[in-house]
Amino acid sequence: MDWVKANPKTILSGAHFIDGNHAACEGAIAAGANFAAGYPITPSTEIVERFAARAPLVGATFLQMEDELASSIAILGAAWGGAKSFTVTSGPGFSLMMEHIGFAAMTETPSVFVNVQRGGPSTGLPTLPGQADMMQARWGSHGDYEVIALSPNSPQDCFDLMIDAFNLAEQYRNPVLFMMDESVGHMTEKVVIPSADRIDLRPRRYTGLPASEYQPFQPWTDGIPEMARIGEGYRFHVTGLTHDERGYPAINAQTQQELMSRLIGKIRNNAEKIARTEEHFIEDAGIVLVAYGITSRVALRAVQMAREEGIPAGLVRPVVVWPFPEKRIRELAGQAKAFIVVEMNCGQIVNEVERSVAGRARTVLIPHSGGAVHRPEAILDVVREVARWA
Amino acid sequence: MGVTTAVNPVEPLLRSDRMPHIWCPGCGIGTTVNCFARALEQSKLPLDKVAVVSGIGCTGRVAGYLNFDSFHTTHGRAIPFATGLKLANPDLTVVVYSGDGDLIAIGGNHFIHAARRNVDIKVICVNNFIYGMTGGQVAPTTPMGMSATTAPYGSFERPFNLPFLAESSGAVYVARWTAFHVRHIAHSMAEALRKKGFSFIEILAPCPTLYLRRNKLGDGLDTMRYYKQHSVIKNGASTRDLDLDVQGEIVVGKFVDTERPTLQQAMDQRYRQMLKDRYNGWRQP
Amino acid sequence: MASIAPTEKAKKFRGEVFINTDRCKGCGFCIEFCPPKVLASSEKYNNHGYHPPALVSETDCTGCDLCGLYCPDFAIYGIRVPVEAAAVQPAVLGG
Repeated sequence: MDWVKANPKTILSGAHFIDGNHAACEGAIAAGANFAAGYPITPSTEIVERFAARAPLVGATFLQMEDELASSIAILGAAWGGAKSFTVTSGPGFSLMMEHIGFAAMTETPSVFVNVQRGGPSTGLPTLPGQADMMQARWGSHGDYEVIALSPNSPQDCFDLMIDAFNLAEQYRNPVLFMMDESVGHMTEKVVIPSADRIDLRPRRYTGLPASEYQPFQPWTDGIPEMARIGEGYRFHVTGLTHDERGYPAINAQTQQELMSRLIGKIRNNAEKIARTEEHFIEDAGIVLVAYGITSRVALRAVQMAREEGIPAGLVRPVVVWPFPEKRIRELAGQAKAFIVVEMNCGQIVNEVERSVAGRARTVLIPHSGGAVHRPEAILDVVREVARWA
Repeated sequence: MGVTTAVNPVEPLLRSDRMPHIWCPGCGIGTTVNCFARALEQSKLPLDKVAVVSGIGCTGRVAGYLNFDSFHTTHGRAIPFATGLKLANPDLTVVVYSGDGDLIAIGGNHFIHAARRNVDIKVICVNNFIYGMTGGQVAPTTPMGMSATTAPYGSFERPFNLPFLAESSGAVYVARWTAFHVRHIAHSMAEALRKKGFSFIEILAPCPTLYLRRNKLGDGLDTMRYYKQHSVIKNGASTRDLDLDVQGEIVVGKFVDTERPTLQQAMDQRYRQMLKDRYNGWRQP
Repeated sequence: MASIAPTEKAKKFRGEVFINTDRCKGCGFCIEFCPPKVLASSEKYNNHGYHPPALVSETDCTGCDLCGLYCPDFAIYGIRVPVEAAAVQPAVLGG
């Protein structure tokens, strides 16, 4: 399929010293995002503040909506109008957006939802990091549906992975969740923005069929339907009700079964293609640490320190957290005696690790209720403890 | 002269393969759809460029029955969806067609903000004073004392005066009709379709199965006769005076028809003023 | 409403009504609001057990299409044709 290059007129190619939030905004612009709607919420607001300033310079539109409910659906309306769109929030707003994440999944609307996680639950710790929305990212809306969730761990990542997020959204016609955390969002590091010709973008899958033959939700060769350009006579219907290939509501168990297996299959059957991990010291690792986001950087430090003490520790960092890289974890359960999951919550992704390990190794959790990042020494203590029996 | 064939004027605008619809005998929603069909004809708009966005509820089903690029969105959120749609594709004529509960209760916040911003969308609100689809619960438009399943002893809340709400929020076109006033509805709809800015048309309509039956108000036809008898057309009346009284007269008409920059225009204006040549506005791909 | 003399236009045009009897749900709007009162409830039932309307006058329909405007079920409409025009067929059989 034909990739397109990014638009050189909009991209600030070169080296920058910016924080993750700003990098994420530039990543979206580089990905061709031309519509964002959002609502202020700490610690995410800088992303839309920057986009508000950049939008009228790069041919994009930004609107601050009256709340997250409006933001999360305005971007879907814009997507159907032809825009590449995204919204940005944190925990409390993420909760409000759940209905529309489900609506995006059900209507197969390409969209990106950014959550710069903070301490929760409820109002929690607005200015401090957390990673406690990870399960919510997967299961937060009602019903059966799939999401793709990415977890950057540096400002450079915030730029790079945003482009991947938009590409995945277009490829799978699904909402993609960009699960940052406050540390990564507010951390300032060097970010290199490449030249436009080195950024590949996946264009929207518009149908070439004439209106008389086109069915809005008929799966194409890879199981994913093509979209129709609005305003060109296709006269398509999009509904959140269970629908048939014509897009018409069809309230019966048979249609539900067909639709669900296609929608869920889109992601589950491609889970291995979508999955991505970053691994360190893994080849001979008898103790495998699993960590994502800011925690993965601390965990890597702990692994380095462990290695200096002769402990065969390694790190698997899911870059794509959903779909969870269960195949990789399952593989590693053959060589590792223990998995240590380090996350800034009271235990969320650890459940996925434990499930994938399926009892072939021990799974240990180093939780953190949030508000601060784990210390590498604290992780090392546990690694040493585990090394005694692993 | 050869044989001519005739077609129901509404038929080409319907998804005929989805007929018959789910609305009850004597429900007023279908009547408003006929008016919409006539209005589209009158307005001479290119139909490919008309998009219909509905929320959830009986009136929310309109989007599914009309043969346009149409969206059946989430409860209360048709207006922000339509806002995103219109901003992304300004060539479209975006019509929000939904009910009183959807637009004004759960959708109330979005309603007032879109009116405030003067988003260029046309909002058709079929007001049947009840939540029909879910079985007849009280709505923010249910008159005081009228019974509903969640107000079984009669509503004790003052209902909204929708034209007043719309005008005070900033709508540039505000009209109210009843389902009896078919030609007026079609005319208002045609005006709204051509109007730039947030246009609001409230249409009072019967809900025979729930609101009328529960309150012993007869059937749809009884209500239509009631509308005919008790309506007074007062074009240009102050929207402050448009509270609906169960016993009294129903004031209908066109109340607001004014001009101010739409959201898109205001946005462009500000950016152009501040950025001059650097302004790079959104254009469709 | 007092009866008025037919206008010039009315003398040159006549109306034809098409009824899709199976769509009708017997609400009575068309019968009630037809100005020349050319419709009445039929004795017959349609497939859903309702009495659809029927024309009670061959000549008085003006083709104003108010019935079409009112019908919530899209089951009836009227058209105006020149008096001397030949019979009009509905595009859809049964309406």
